Amino acid sequence: MINGILIASLIILSLAILACLYRLIKGPSMNDRIMSLDTIGILLLSIIAVLCMLFRTSVYVDIILLIGILTFIGTTALARYIERGDVIDR
Amino acid sequence: MTAEMMSRIGEFLIAIIVLLGALLGALSAFGLVRLPDVYMRSHAATKSATLGVLMILAGAFLYFAFYLDHISVKLLLGIVFVFITGPVAGHLNGRAAYRSGVSLWEGSVHDDLKPVLRREREQLQAGKAESGEKIKDV
Repeated sequence: MINGILIASLIILSLAILACLYRLIKGPSMNDRIMSLDTIGILLLSIIAVLCMLFRTSVYVDIILLIGILTFIGTTALARYIERGDVIDR
Repeated sequence: MTAEMMSRIGEFLIAIIVLLGALLGALSAFGLVRLPDVYMRSHAATKSATLGVLMILAGAFLYFAFYLDHISVKLLLGIVFVFITGPVAGHLNGRAAYRSGVSLWEGSVHDDLKPVLRREREQLQAGKAESGEKIKDV
């Protein structure tokens, strides 16, 4: 039973990523695109968690941490670049 | 008999948690498409997506703990990390949007940050003209 529900939640998360792609392409300002990329990263992370449960293995847990950290760093760097024009203060 | 029943009930609860998390993610994507403004969209995208991910990761943690006999500390670390960084990233993005001049929705009625920001800019200009040295833009 749990396999069916896991596959259903995979489908729901994929549709959510598709909706975020709409906002990523259309979004009027740059910050819309940054936010949409952030949400895509977070949804991708949860897709990988569902895949871990579906395959009954725990080797993909490292990838969850990696995607979380990369999403946060990317969002922070892009927001700082939009706000003040450079990423690292000098 | 009872052990099998317990296992069945636990599986059901974990499936409910994971499905609820996926529905929260879909809800945040729906808000990201439908809402009219950067700030409202950030309100939709930050909070409910973070909650959905937390629920899915908690379901994965419970699944590993009960059915694979494996307490995954990395998964707990991922839960804490997402819980801290999701709202921080949303806040940074909204601040960058306001300070780089993205306009509000025309139906918005109240803006508390605008007079504060203008006063700050005026003080900065006055200080710069007075001392003559270059002050970094806040």
